[in-house]
Amino acid sequence: MANIQLKGVTKEYGVNKALRGLDLEIADGEFFVLLGQTGAGKTTTLRIIAGLEKPTDGQVLIDGEDVADWNAAERDVALVLQQYSLYPRLTVRGNLEFPLKSRIRKLDSAQIAERVDKAAATLQITPLLDRKVERLSGGEMQRVSIGRAIVREPRVFLMDEPLSALDAKLREALRVELKKLHNDLGATFLFVTHDQVEAMSMGDKIGVLNRGKLVQVGTPSQVYSAPLNTFVARAVGTPPMNLLKGTLSGGQAVIDANGFELPVNGQGGQDGQRMTFGIRPEDIRLESGAPVEARIFDIEDHGVVKILNIEVGEHRIHATVPARMPVALDETIRFGWKGDKVLMFDPETGHNLSI
Amino acid sequence: MAAVRTPREIFLNRVAIAAVMVVLLIMLVPIYWIGSTAFKPRNLATTIPPTVFFQPEVSPFVKLMTKRSQLRKPVEQEVYDAAPWWEKMVLDGGEKVVRTGKGKIRPSGYGQRFTNSLIVSIISTFLAVSMGTLTAYGFSRFKVKGEDDWLFFILSTRMLPPVVVAIPMYLMYRVVGLNDSHLGLIILYTAFNLSFSVWIMKGFIDEIPREYEEAALVDGYTRIQAFFKIVLPEAMTGIAATAVFCFITAWNEYAFALIMTNRRAQTAPPYIPSQVGSGLPDWTVIAAGTFLFLLPVAIFTFLLRNHLLRGMSFGAIRK
Ligand SMILES: Nc1ncnc2c1ncn2[C@@H]1O[C@H](COP(=O)(O)OP(=O)(O)OP(=O)(O)O)[C@@H](O)[C@H]1O
Ligand SMILES: [Mg+2]
Repeated sequence: MANIQLKGVTKEYGVNKALRGLDLEIADGEFFVLLGQTGAGKTTTLRIIAGLEKPTDGQVLIDGEDVADWNAAERDVALVLQQYSLYPRLTVRGNLEFPLKSRIRKLDSAQIAERVDKAAATLQITPLLDRKVERLSGGEMQRVSIGRAIVREPRVFLMDEPLSALDAKLREALRVELKKLHNDLGATFLFVTHDQVEAMSMGDKIGVLNRGKLVQVGTPSQVYSAPLNTFVARAVGTPPMNLLKGTLSGGQAVIDANGFELPVNGQGGQDGQRMTFGIRPEDIRLESGAPVEARIFDIEDHGVVKILNIEVGEHRIHATVPARMPVALDETIRFGWKGDKVLMFDPETGHNLSI
Repeated sequence: MAAVRTPREIFLNRVAIAAVMVVLLIMLVPIYWIGSTAFKPRNLATTIPPTVFFQPEVSPFVKLMTKRSQLRKPVEQEVYDAAPWWEKMVLDGGEKVVRTGKGKIRPSGYGQRFTNSLIVSIISTFLAVSMGTLTAYGFSRFKVKGEDDWLFFILSTRMLPPVVVAIPMYLMYRVVGLNDSHLGLIILYTAFNLSFSVWIMKGFIDEIPREYEEAALVDGYTRIQAFFKIVLPEAMTGIAATAVFCFITAWNEYAFALIMTNRRAQTAPPYIPSQVGSGLPDWTVIAAGTFLFLLPVAIFTFLLRNHLLRGMSFGAIRK
């Protein structure tokens, strides 16, 4: 078990900066999810923690100790990658034994067999043990990769989008299993993903990474309900938060272009100030007596809910409504929003003015 | 399995097979000629038209391995009866086997030349492939300053025709005492094959995902351990292909061997033709020597055939 700290970590590849002064703190036993788009620097962060890459600047501390001079083997972290992490010539058992056979571990064959069997049972891959890994399915391979990490009983698990190559069903199943594994092992997990659903559903804490910088850290609900800026607001939640430019005027949001007005009950901002108003799709209400008229442009039926794309003038707004609500394409409806849920952002910097 | 094929495709396929068979036959004729001559009695070796059906015998091989001299007069019956079966063959041909004062048979130079060829080729191939693999690994996995220039330089050592450097090399070797030595030839052949080995192996190692080694590093292995446990098995195909090419080059090398060696370390290629010149050539003996000389490469290639097929179809050669 261990905590991890990154202090001002910068990584440059030539002129290209993958990380710019990244500060990160992961507590012992925490399931920390790093969320970021492609190229944000997620893999680079993991590789630096694992010791496969040296930071250009900054420090990595494991349990408070600077590990700059420790090689990958000494850091005692396990790494699960999206693909390619299994040795193609070995059987499943061979792959699981491989890290245990390293001389630094000094395990005898009985201990190795015991750990392998235990891990295989945990991940339900016991019937696969004598198969060659080449012919395993994607889900099976990923289980084995995770198995190869857990047999080691490492201080830290680093996972680089381990589920992204799998189909939706398997992804969901393994998501649950990984959470359970984390509960059982109590180890520190750093899980990297570009999938915000994965981040929201798995993380004790989420860190949102944008171009090599950490934008916000918090519990999923903090990040969801109080995003620090418009970047985080758009990064978390499906469909993403609606952002509308306008002016705050007498407790009303006056939206640009066609000037529809809706109430704002939140704090922050002065009368007459230019704003970007943010409202989550589920906080939009469709009612016959509501203040604004709109046209239904698109309907996505998700079973539990319907996601509507409604058109007001030149604005398109996402709204989530109960599935049983009768709606039709091109229908004219009326909508309003929950004024206390509206967030106000600075239109220039994107900073959240409500907190 | 193959997809369903139309009659036209099947027909074209048969034509292709027939064409390959014809080409194969044409290619095999010289090999058959050498092989059959090596088992012919001397008087049938040069007949016109060539003799196709004959009673094969091993006398050419006996003659190949021993030192002989012409019989002035027919041998006495007792001596003939006392001689072992193989010596009778030599006597039948009007020659006798030369013996030392103590009655030991004097071997011809072939056996030793053949052994020299084996020693020099195997050791230089091993050195070229192992050094080449390590160098290629370094170039493939680490940032090397001026990598492209280095690689070009390594390749450029191969651009000069070897004969051009043979004379200066000979003079230098004479000074340091490496001429007519196994070590001298091994160094030459290793150096000559190294550039090729580095280039081919770099192509193969580039294709092995780094993730395998990185996983091993994280799993608690050193880089050297990861190299031997992960990279080497994955690179086996490339190593086999490179080894075959290096071995063939070293085994067939003629010019350097001719200039640098004369007795002690001489290899088979300069020796075999030297036998043509001494008196009336016995073509069966020369054919026997050539036939034996063909075998090691054939065996080596045969043993590595599975790796080779895969090695030719992907990896560096493809590029
Ligand atoms: N070895 C390298 N050489 C040069 N640039 C690199 C290297 N590795 C990463 N980069 C660059 O650093 C940036 C961050 O890359 P990184 O792989 O960490 O992104 P990521 O968040 O993992 O993205 P993805 O979701 O696509 O995996 C990218 O712009 C990438 O091009
Ligand atoms: Mg990545």
